[in-house]
Amino acid sequence: MINKVVESFEQAVEDVPDGAVIMIGNFAGPGGTPFYLIQALRKQGATNLTIIANTAGGIGLTLDYDDHRILFENKQVKKVIASFPFSTSPSRPSVAEKQILSGEVELEIIPQGTLAERIRAGGAGISAFYTPTGVDTVIQKGKEVRSFDGRPCLLERALTADYAFVRAYKADLMGNLVYRGTQRQFNPIMATAAKITIAEVDEIADVGELDPESIITPGIFVKRIVKVKQAPEFPRHLNRSFWVRRTQ
Amino acid sequence: MKERLSRETIAIRIARELFDGAVVNLGIGIPTLVSSFVPEGMTVIYHTENGALGFGPVVTSEEMQEKADIDLVNASGQYVTPLPGMCFFHHADSFAMIRGGHIDITVLGVLQVSERGDLANWMFPGRGVGNIGGGMDLAFNAKRVIVATEHTTKDGKPKIVKKCSVPLTAPQCVDLIVTDVAVIEVTGQGLLLRELAPGWTVEEAQAITEPTLIVAPDLKEIEL
Repeated sequence: MINKVVESFEQAVEDVPDGAVIMIGNFAGPGGTPFYLIQALRKQGATNLTIIANTAGGIGLTLDYDDHRILFENKQVKKVIASFPFSTSPSRPSVAEKQILSGEVELEIIPQGTLAERIRAGGAGISAFYTPTGVDTVIQKGKEVRSFDGRPCLLERALTADYAFVRAYKADLMGNLVYRGTQRQFNPIMATAAKITIAEVDEIADVGELDPESIITPGIFVKRIVKVKQAPEFPRHLNRSFWVRRTQ
Repeated sequence: MKERLSRETIAIRIARELFDGAVVNLGIGIPTLVSSFVPEGMTVIYHTENGALGFGPVVTSEEMQEKADIDLVNASGQYVTPLPGMCFFHHADSFAMIRGGHIDITVLGVLQVSERGDLANWMFPGRGVGNIGGGMDLAFNAKRVIVATEHTTKDGKPKIVKKCSVPLTAPQCVDLIVTDVAVIEVTGQGLLLRELAPGWTVEEAQAITEPTLIVAPDLKEIEL
Protein backbone atom coordinates (compact mmCIF):
# COMPACT_ATOMS: atom_id res chain seq x y z
CA MET A 1 0.00 0.00 0.00
CA ILE A 2 1.28 3.41 -0.88
CA ASN A 3 1.87 5.69 2.08
CA LYS A 4 3.91 8.83 1.47
CA VAL A 5 3.58 10.26 4.96
CA VAL A 6 6.85 11.29 6.57
CA GLU A 7 6.77 11.66 10.34
CA SER A 8 8.70 14.90 10.73
CA PHE A 9 9.67 17.97 8.75
CA GLU A 10 13.32 17.29 9.65
CA GLN A 11 13.08 13.85 8.03
CA ALA A 12 11.29 15.27 4.99
CA VAL A 13 14.19 17.60 4.12
CA GLU A 14 17.18 15.66 5.45
CA ASP A 15 18.49 14.63 2.00
CA VAL A 16 18.52 18.16 0.49
CA PRO A 17 22.14 18.56 -0.71
CA ASP A 18 24.23 21.72 -0.98
CA GLY A 19 23.59 23.38 -4.34
CA ALA A 20 20.00 22.10 -4.64
CA VAL A 21 17.41 24.00 -6.69
CA ILE A 22 14.25 24.41 -4.62
CA MET A 23 10.83 25.78 -5.59
CA ILE A 24 8.83 27.24 -2.71
CA GLY A 25 5.14 28.10 -2.93
CA ASN A 26 4.44 31.60 -1.67
CA PHE A 27 2.58 34.79 -2.44
CA ALA A 28 1.42 37.94 -0.66
CA GLY A 29 0.62 36.82 2.87
CA PRO A 30 0.97 33.59 4.78
CA GLY A 31 -1.60 31.43 2.97
CA GLY A 32 0.00 28.74 0.82
CA THR A 33 3.51 29.01 2.26
CA PRO A 34 5.15 25.79 3.59
CA PHE A 35 6.53 27.36 6.79
CA TYR A 36 7.59 24.19 8.55
CA LEU A 37 9.49 22.80 5.58
CA ILE A 38 11.34 26.12 5.29
CA GLN A 39 12.15 26.09 9.01
CA ALA A 40 13.37 22.51 8.78
CA LEU A 41 15.60 23.40 5.85
CA ARG A 42 17.15 26.24 7.81
CA LYS A 43 17.92 23.81 10.62
CA GLN A 44 19.24 21.23 8.15
CA GLY A 45 21.61 23.84 6.79
CA ALA A 46 22.11 23.00 3.08
CA THR A 47 23.92 25.87 1.35
CA ASN A 48 24.46 27.31 -2.14
CA LEU A 49 20.75 26.88 -2.80
CA THR A 50 18.88 28.27 -5.78
CA ILE A 51 15.40 29.35 -4.69
CA ILE A 52 12.57 29.68 -7.21
CA ALA A 53 9.64 31.53 -5.67
CA ASN A 54 7.44 34.55 -6.33
CA THR A 55 9.30 36.64 -3.76
CA ALA A 56 12.64 36.53 -2.02
CA GLY A 57 10.84 36.39 1.33
CA GLY A 58 10.21 38.89 4.07
CA ILE A 59 8.66 41.53 1.87
CA GLY A 60 6.19 42.42 4.59
CA LEU A 61 3.14 43.16 2.48
CA THR A 62 0.92 42.38 5.40
CA LEU A 63 3.06 40.35 7.74
CA ASP A 64 6.60 39.77 8.77
CA TYR A 65 6.33 36.05 9.32
CA ASP A 66 9.10 33.49 8.91
CA ASP A 67 8.94 32.60 5.24
CA HIS A 68 11.98 31.75 3.06
CA ARG A 69 13.52 35.03 4.29
CA ILE A 70 15.12 32.89 7.01
CA LEU A 71 17.11 30.94 4.38
CA PHE A 72 18.64 34.22 3.19
CA GLU A 73 19.33 35.28 6.78
CA ASN A 74 21.12 32.00 7.35
CA LYS A 75 23.20 32.57 4.19
CA GLN A 76 22.00 29.37 2.52
CA VAL A 77 21.03 30.98 -0.80
CA LYS A 78 23.29 31.73 -3.75
CA LYS A 79 20.61 32.55 -6.34
CA VAL A 80 16.94 33.49 -6.41
CA ILE A 81 14.55 33.44 -9.36
CA ALA A 82 11.55 35.63 -8.53
CA SER A 83 9.08 38.19 -9.89
CA PHE A 84 8.59 40.30 -6.75
CA PRO A 85 11.90 40.11 -4.87
CA PHE A 86 12.00 43.45 -3.07
CA SER A 87 10.25 45.01 -0.11
CA THR A 88 7.81 47.71 -1.19
CA SER A 89 8.86 49.72 1.84
CA PRO A 90 12.20 51.53 1.33
CA SER A 91 12.62 51.88 5.08
CA ARG A 92 12.34 48.11 5.58
CA PRO A 93 14.51 46.49 2.91
CA SER A 94 14.44 42.70 3.09
CA VAL A 95 17.51 40.62 3.94
CA ALA A 96 17.54 39.36 0.37
CA GLU A 97 17.62 42.92 -1.00
CA LYS A 98 20.83 43.71 0.88
CA GLN A 99 22.40 40.45 -0.26
CA ILE A 100 21.33 41.01 -3.88
CA LEU A 101 22.64 44.58 -3.97
CA SER A 102 25.96 43.53 -2.43
CA GLY A 103 26.32 40.76 -5.03
CA GLU A 104 26.26 38.01 -2.42
CA VAL A 105 23.07 36.57 -3.94
CA GLU A 106 22.35 36.45 -7.67
CA LEU A 107 18.89 37.57 -8.76
CA GLU A 108 17.00 36.58 -11.90
CA ILE A 109 13.90 38.77 -11.99
CA ILE A 110 11.15 37.72 -14.39
CA PRO A 111 7.51 38.62 -15.01
CA GLN A 112 5.16 36.65 -12.79
CA GLY A 113 3.25 35.06 -15.68
CA THR A 114 6.51 33.99 -17.29
CA LEU A 115 7.66 32.55 -13.96
CA ALA A 116 4.41 30.57 -13.63
CA GLU A 117 4.51 29.34 -17.23
CA ARG A 118 8.20 28.38 -17.05
CA ILE A 119 7.38 26.24 -14.03
CA ARG A 120 4.29 24.76 -15.69
CA ALA A 121 6.35 24.00 -18.81
CA GLY A 122 9.04 22.38 -16.68
CA GLY A 123 6.49 20.03 -15.15
CA ALA A 124 4.86 19.35 -18.49
CA GLY A 125 7.98 18.41 -20.44
CA ILE A 126 7.85 21.52 -22.64
CA SER A 127 11.45 22.73 -23.06
CA ALA A 128 10.62 26.31 -23.97
CA PHE A 129 7.77 28.53 -25.18
CA TYR A 130 7.18 31.92 -26.77
CA THR A 131 5.42 34.71 -24.89
CA PRO A 132 4.85 38.36 -25.84
CA THR A 133 5.49 39.53 -22.28
CA GLY A 134 8.78 41.38 -21.97
CA VAL A 135 9.52 42.29 -25.62
CA ASP A 136 11.44 45.60 -25.82
CA THR A 137 12.03 45.66 -22.07
CA VAL A 138 15.01 44.60 -19.93
CA ILE A 139 13.52 41.09 -19.91
CA GLN A 140 14.38 40.65 -23.59
CA LYS A 141 18.13 40.69 -22.95
CA GLY A 142 19.82 37.57 -24.32
CA LYS A 143 16.59 35.97 -25.54
CA GLU A 144 15.48 34.94 -29.00
CA VAL A 145 12.72 37.16 -30.43
CA ARG A 146 10.36 35.67 -32.99
CA SER A 147 7.11 37.01 -34.40
CA PHE A 148 3.93 34.98 -34.65
CA ASP A 149 0.96 36.47 -36.51
CA GLY A 150 2.80 39.77 -36.48
CA ARG A 151 3.37 39.83 -32.73
CA PRO A 152 6.94 39.64 -31.44
CA CYS A 153 7.52 37.11 -28.67
CA LEU A 154 10.40 36.00 -26.44
CA LEU A 155 11.64 32.45 -26.18
CA GLU A 156 11.50 31.45 -22.52
CA ARG A 157 13.03 28.26 -21.12
CA ALA A 158 11.30 25.85 -18.76
CA LEU A 159 12.21 25.74 -15.07
CA THR A 160 12.61 22.56 -13.08
CA ALA A 161 13.92 21.89 -9.60
CA ASP A 162 15.39 19.22 -7.38
CA TYR A 163 12.78 19.86 -4.71
CA ALA A 164 9.44 21.63 -4.49
CA PHE A 165 8.12 22.65 -1.08
CA VAL A 166 4.36 23.04 -1.43
CA ARG A 167 1.52 23.87 0.93
CA ALA A 168 -1.87 22.25 0.56
CA TYR A 169 -4.94 21.83 2.71
CA LYS A 170 -5.38 18.08 2.62
CA ALA A 171 -3.56 15.05 1.26
CA ASP A 172 -4.42 11.40 1.07
CA LEU A 173 -1.82 8.69 1.66
CA MET A 174 -1.16 8.46 -2.11
CA GLY A 175 -0.20 12.12 -2.22
CA ASN A 176 -3.33 13.46 -3.91
CA LEU A 177 -3.75 17.08 -2.82
CA VAL A 178 -6.62 19.50 -2.37
CA TYR A 179 -6.15 23.17 -1.60
CA ARG A 180 -8.12 25.88 0.08
CA GLY A 181 -8.89 29.25 -1.53
CA THR A 182 -5.97 31.36 -2.73
CA GLN A 183 -3.59 28.97 -0.98
CA ARG A 184 -3.31 27.29 -4.38
CA GLN A 185 -1.27 29.99 -6.24
CA PHE A 186 2.11 28.52 -7.34
CA ASN A 187 1.79 25.28 -5.36
CA PRO A 188 0.07 22.97 -7.90
CA ILE A 189 2.45 23.90 -10.74
CA MET A 190 5.57 23.67 -8.56
CA ALA A 191 4.41 20.22 -7.45
CA THR A 192 4.75 19.04 -11.06
CA ALA A 193 8.16 20.56 -11.79
CA ALA A 194 10.49 19.01 -9.20
CA LYS A 195 12.14 15.65 -8.81
CA ILE A 196 11.05 15.50 -5.18
CA THR A 197 7.90 17.34 -4.16
CA ILE A 198 7.20 17.59 -0.46
CA ALA A 199 3.73 18.71 0.63
CA GLU A 200 2.99 20.35 3.99
CA VAL A 201 -0.68 19.82 4.83
CA ASP A 202 -3.24 20.36 7.58
CA GLU A 203 -4.89 16.98 7.23
CA ILE A 204 -4.11 13.54 5.91
CA ALA A 205 -6.96 11.35 4.68
CA ASP A 206 -7.13 7.65 3.95
CA VAL A 207 -7.09 6.54 0.33
CA GLY A 208 -10.59 6.94 -1.07
CA GLU A 209 -11.65 9.69 1.31
CA LEU A 210 -10.94 12.58 -1.05
CA ASP A 211 -13.46 13.24 -3.80
CA PRO A 212 -11.60 12.35 -7.04
CA GLU A 213 -13.39 15.26 -8.76
CA SER A 214 -11.88 17.75 -6.32
CA ILE A 215 -8.25 16.64 -6.43
CA ILE A 216 -6.05 19.43 -7.83
CA THR A 217 -2.62 17.79 -7.60
CA PRO A 218 -2.62 14.12 -8.60
CA GLY A 219 -0.61 12.03 -6.16
CA ILE A 220 2.04 10.90 -8.66
CA PHE A 221 3.54 14.41 -8.45
CA VAL A 222 4.05 14.17 -4.69
CA LYS A 223 6.81 12.14 -3.03
CA ARG A 224 6.45 13.07 0.62
CA ILE A 225 3.67 14.41 2.83
CA VAL A 226 4.09 15.96 6.25
CA LYS A 227 1.25 17.01 8.52
CA VAL A 228 1.33 20.33 10.35
CA LYS A 229 0.95 19.54 14.04
CA GLN A 230 0.17 23.03 15.26
CA ALA A 231 -0.44 26.47 13.86
CA PRO A 232 2.82 28.30 13.08
CA GLU A 233 3.90 31.06 15.40
CA PHE A 234 2.58 33.94 13.37
CA PRO A 235 3.39 37.37 14.74
CA ARG A 236 0.94 39.85 16.17
CA HIS A 237 -0.71 40.78 12.89
CA LEU A 238 -2.42 37.51 12.41
CA ASN A 239 -5.36 36.51 14.49
CA ARG A 240 -4.66 32.92 15.36
CA SER A 241 -8.34 32.05 15.25
CA PHE A 242 -8.24 32.14 11.45
CA TRP A 243 -5.69 29.40 11.50
CA VAL A 244 -7.53 27.38 14.09
CA ARG A 245 -10.78 27.74 12.18
CA ARG A 246 -9.25 26.48 8.98
CA THR A 247 -7.73 23.43 10.57
CA GLN A 248 -10.98 22.31 12.18
CA MET B 1 -1.88 76.38 -7.30
CA LYS B 2 -4.97 74.96 -8.98
CA GLU B 3 -6.97 72.38 -7.15
CA ARG B 4 -6.42 68.83 -8.28
CA LEU B 5 -8.71 65.83 -8.06
CA SER B 6 -8.37 63.47 -5.11
CA ARG B 7 -7.23 59.88 -5.52
CA GLU B 8 -10.83 58.83 -4.87
CA THR B 9 -12.09 61.12 -7.64
CA ILE B 10 -9.60 59.61 -10.09
CA ALA B 11 -10.95 56.19 -9.07
CA ILE B 12 -14.57 57.36 -9.54
CA ARG B 13 -13.75 58.55 -13.06
CA ILE B 14 -12.07 55.24 -13.92
CA ALA B 15 -15.03 53.26 -12.55
CA ARG B 16 -17.08 54.84 -15.35
CA GLU B 17 -14.94 52.92 -17.85
CA LEU B 18 -16.09 49.55 -16.46
CA PHE B 19 -19.07 47.70 -17.87
CA ASP B 20 -21.45 44.98 -16.79
CA GLY B 21 -19.71 41.59 -16.85
CA ALA B 22 -16.23 43.09 -17.32
CA VAL B 23 -13.30 40.98 -16.10
CA VAL B 24 -11.06 43.46 -14.31
CA ASN B 25 -7.64 43.34 -12.64
CA LEU B 26 -6.74 46.27 -10.40
CA GLY B 27 -3.13 47.13 -9.54
CA ILE B 28 -1.80 48.46 -6.23
CA GLY B 29 -2.52 52.07 -5.16
CA ILE B 30 -5.21 54.28 -6.75
CA PRO B 31 -6.34 51.35 -8.94
CA THR B 32 -7.40 49.36 -5.86
CA LEU B 33 -9.82 52.19 -4.95
CA VAL B 34 -11.76 51.78 -8.21
CA SER B 35 -13.71 48.78 -6.88
CA SER B 36 -15.36 51.02 -4.26
CA PHE B 37 -17.06 53.12 -6.94
CA VAL B 38 -18.66 50.61 -9.28
CA PRO B 39 -22.23 51.70 -10.04
CA GLU B 40 -24.91 49.80 -8.17
CA GLY B 41 -26.40 46.94 -10.14
CA MET B 42 -23.29 46.48 -12.31
CA THR B 43 -21.49 43.15 -11.96
CA VAL B 44 -17.73 43.39 -12.33
CA ILE B 45 -15.72 40.16 -12.09
CA TYR B 46 -12.41 40.88 -10.32
CA HIS B 47 -9.36 38.83 -11.17
CA THR B 48 -6.33 38.47 -8.95
CA GLU B 49 -2.97 37.03 -10.00
CA ASN B 50 -2.82 34.58 -7.12
CA GLY B 51 -5.77 32.68 -8.51
CA ALA B 52 -9.26 33.93 -7.79
CA LEU B 53 -12.08 35.40 -9.86
CA GLY B 54 -15.33 36.97 -8.70
CA PHE B 55 -14.42 37.72 -5.08
CA GLY B 56 -15.99 40.51 -3.04
CA PRO B 57 -14.81 43.67 -1.27
CA VAL B 58 -11.65 43.99 0.83
CA VAL B 59 -12.17 43.18 4.53
CA THR B 60 -12.21 46.43 6.53
CA SER B 61 -10.24 46.75 9.75
CA GLU B 62 -13.49 46.57 11.76
CA GLU B 63 -14.41 43.30 10.09
CA MET B 64 -10.93 41.76 10.45
CA GLN B 65 -11.71 39.60 13.48
CA GLU B 66 -14.80 38.15 11.89
CA LYS B 67 -13.95 37.84 8.21
CA ALA B 68 -10.21 37.80 7.48
CA ASP B 69 -9.01 34.47 6.12
CA ILE B 70 -5.36 33.86 5.22
CA ASP B 71 -6.50 31.73 2.31
CA LEU B 72 -8.60 34.44 0.70
CA VAL B 73 -6.35 37.34 -0.28
CA ASN B 74 -5.85 39.53 -3.32
CA ALA B 75 -2.57 40.30 -5.09
CA SER B 76 -1.85 43.14 -2.64
CA GLY B 77 -2.08 40.70 0.25
CA GLN B 78 -5.36 42.23 1.44
CA TYR B 79 -8.03 39.95 2.85
CA VAL B 80 -11.07 39.85 0.59
CA THR B 81 -14.54 38.41 1.05
CA PRO B 82 -16.22 35.49 -0.71
CA LEU B 83 -19.07 36.00 -3.19
CA PRO B 84 -21.38 33.42 -4.79
CA GLY B 85 -19.86 32.30 -8.09
CA MET B 86 -16.28 32.94 -6.96
CA CYS B 87 -13.68 30.43 -8.18
CA PHE B 88 -10.04 29.53 -7.56
CA PHE B 89 -7.24 28.35 -9.85
CA HIS B 90 -3.47 28.07 -9.87
CA HIS B 91 -0.95 30.66 -11.04
CA ALA B 92 -0.40 29.26 -14.54
CA ASP B 93 -4.15 29.33 -15.23
CA SER B 94 -4.33 32.80 -13.73
CA PHE B 95 -1.77 34.08 -16.22
CA ALA B 96 -3.35 32.07 -19.03
CA MET B 97 -6.32 34.36 -18.40
CA ILE B 98 -4.06 37.40 -18.63
CA ARG B 99 -1.80 36.32 -21.50
CA GLY B 100 -4.69 34.74 -23.36
CA GLY B 101 -6.54 38.04 -23.57
CA HIS B 102 -9.34 37.14 -21.18
CA ILE B 103 -8.93 40.23 -18.97
CA ASP B 104 -11.08 43.08 -20.32
CA ILE B 105 -9.58 45.93 -18.34
CA THR B 106 -6.57 46.40 -16.12
CA VAL B 107 -5.97 49.54 -14.09
CA LEU B 108 -2.33 50.18 -13.24
CA GLY B 109 -0.21 52.77 -11.47
CA VAL B 110 2.44 54.85 -13.22
CA LEU B 111 5.98 56.10 -12.77
CA GLN B 112 6.06 57.48 -16.31
CA VAL B 113 3.83 57.12 -19.36
CA SER B 114 4.99 58.26 -22.80
CA GLU B 115 3.21 59.94 -25.67
CA ARG B 116 3.02 56.67 -27.57
CA GLY B 117 1.61 54.82 -24.57
CA ASP B 118 4.79 53.25 -23.21
CA LEU B 119 4.32 52.43 -19.53
CA ALA B 120 7.04 52.43 -16.86
CA ASN B 121 5.94 51.44 -13.37
CA TRP B 122 8.06 48.64 -11.95
CA MET B 123 11.30 50.24 -10.74
CA PHE B 124 11.21 52.05 -7.39
CA PRO B 125 12.30 55.65 -7.91
CA GLY B 126 15.80 56.21 -6.56
CA ARG B 127 16.34 52.69 -5.19
CA GLY B 128 17.86 50.98 -8.21
CA VAL B 129 15.64 47.96 -7.66
CA GLY B 130 12.07 47.03 -8.49
CA ASN B 131 9.39 44.37 -8.57
CA ILE B 132 7.92 43.21 -11.87
CA GLY B 133 5.19 41.06 -10.34
CA GLY B 134 2.14 40.53 -12.53
CA GLY B 135 2.11 44.06 -13.94
CA MET B 136 4.19 43.31 -17.03
CA ASP B 137 1.94 40.46 -18.16
CA LEU B 138 -1.11 42.66 -17.56
CA ALA B 139 0.32 45.65 -19.43
CA PHE B 140 1.27 43.50 -22.43
CA ASN B 141 -1.84 41.39 -22.62
CA ALA B 142 -4.99 42.89 -21.08
CA LYS B 143 -7.51 44.02 -23.70
CA ARG B 144 -7.56 47.56 -22.33
CA VAL B 145 -4.94 49.23 -20.14
CA ILE B 146 -6.03 52.24 -18.09
CA VAL B 147 -3.48 54.03 -15.95
CA ALA B 148 -4.29 56.03 -12.84
CA THR B 149 -1.82 58.65 -11.66
CA GLU B 150 -1.06 62.06 -10.31
CA HIS B 151 -0.25 64.29 -13.30
CA THR B 152 3.18 65.21 -11.93
CA THR B 153 5.71 63.77 -9.51
CA LYS B 154 5.95 65.01 -5.91
CA ASP B 155 8.56 67.56 -7.01
CA GLY B 156 6.41 68.80 -9.87
CA LYS B 157 8.01 67.00 -12.83
CA PRO B 158 5.76 65.65 -15.62
CA LYS B 159 4.87 61.96 -15.40
CA ILE B 160 3.48 62.12 -18.93
CA VAL B 161 6.67 62.34 -20.99
CA LYS B 162 7.90 62.20 -24.59
CA LYS B 163 10.07 59.18 -23.85
CA CYS B 164 10.30 57.21 -20.60
CA SER B 165 13.65 57.56 -18.83
CA VAL B 166 13.16 54.57 -16.51
CA PRO B 167 12.90 50.87 -17.50
CA LEU B 168 9.66 50.06 -19.32
CA THR B 169 6.94 47.74 -18.12
CA ALA B 170 5.56 47.50 -21.65
CA PRO B 171 5.85 49.60 -24.81
CA GLN B 172 2.77 51.09 -26.48
CA CYS B 173 0.30 49.44 -24.12
CA VAL B 174 -1.67 52.27 -22.49
CA ASP B 175 -5.13 53.11 -23.84
CA LEU B 176 -6.34 55.73 -21.37
CA ILE B 177 -4.57 57.99 -18.86
CA VAL B 178 -6.65 59.32 -15.96
CA THR B 179 -4.85 61.86 -13.77
CA ASP B 180 -5.77 64.36 -11.08
CA VAL B 181 -5.95 66.98 -13.85
CA ALA B 182 -7.09 65.34 -17.07
CA VAL B 183 -8.40 62.36 -18.99
CA ILE B 184 -6.15 61.62 -21.96
CA GLU B 185 -6.59 58.99 -24.65
CA VAL B 186 -3.53 57.47 -26.30
CA THR B 187 -4.11 57.47 -30.08
CA GLY B 188 -2.01 56.70 -33.13
CA GLN B 189 -1.62 60.43 -33.65
CA GLY B 190 -0.58 61.23 -30.10
CA LEU B 191 -2.19 62.12 -26.80
CA LEU B 192 -5.79 63.29 -27.11
CA LEU B 193 -6.94 65.55 -24.27
CA ARG B 194 -10.58 64.62 -23.70
CA GLU B 195 -11.48 65.94 -20.27
CA LEU B 196 -10.12 68.48 -17.80
CA ALA B 197 -10.59 68.85 -14.04
CA PRO B 198 -12.88 71.73 -13.02
CA GLY B 199 -11.15 75.12 -13.37
CA TRP B 200 -8.24 73.86 -15.49
CA THR B 201 -7.44 75.27 -18.94
CA VAL B 202 -5.77 73.47 -21.84
CA GLU B 203 -2.70 75.70 -21.43
CA GLU B 204 -2.37 74.86 -17.74
CA ALA B 205 -2.61 71.12 -18.40
CA GLN B 206 -0.14 71.41 -21.28
CA ALA B 207 2.35 73.24 -19.07
CA ILE B 208 2.72 70.17 -16.82
CA THR B 209 2.70 67.65 -19.69
CA GLU B 210 5.89 67.04 -21.71
CA PRO B 211 4.47 65.95 -25.09
CA THR B 212 2.12 68.20 -27.02
CA LEU B 213 -1.51 67.40 -26.31
CA ILE B 214 -4.06 67.19 -29.12
CA VAL B 215 -7.23 68.89 -27.90
CA ALA B 216 -10.41 66.90 -28.55
CA PRO B 217 -13.04 68.93 -30.45
CA ASP B 218 -15.53 67.96 -27.74
CA LEU B 219 -13.20 68.65 -24.80
CA LYS B 220 -15.22 68.79 -21.60
CA GLU B 221 -14.99 68.96 -17.83
CA ILE B 222 -14.34 65.56 -16.20
CA GLU B 223 -17.66 63.78 -15.79
CA LEU B 224 -18.10 61.65 -12.71
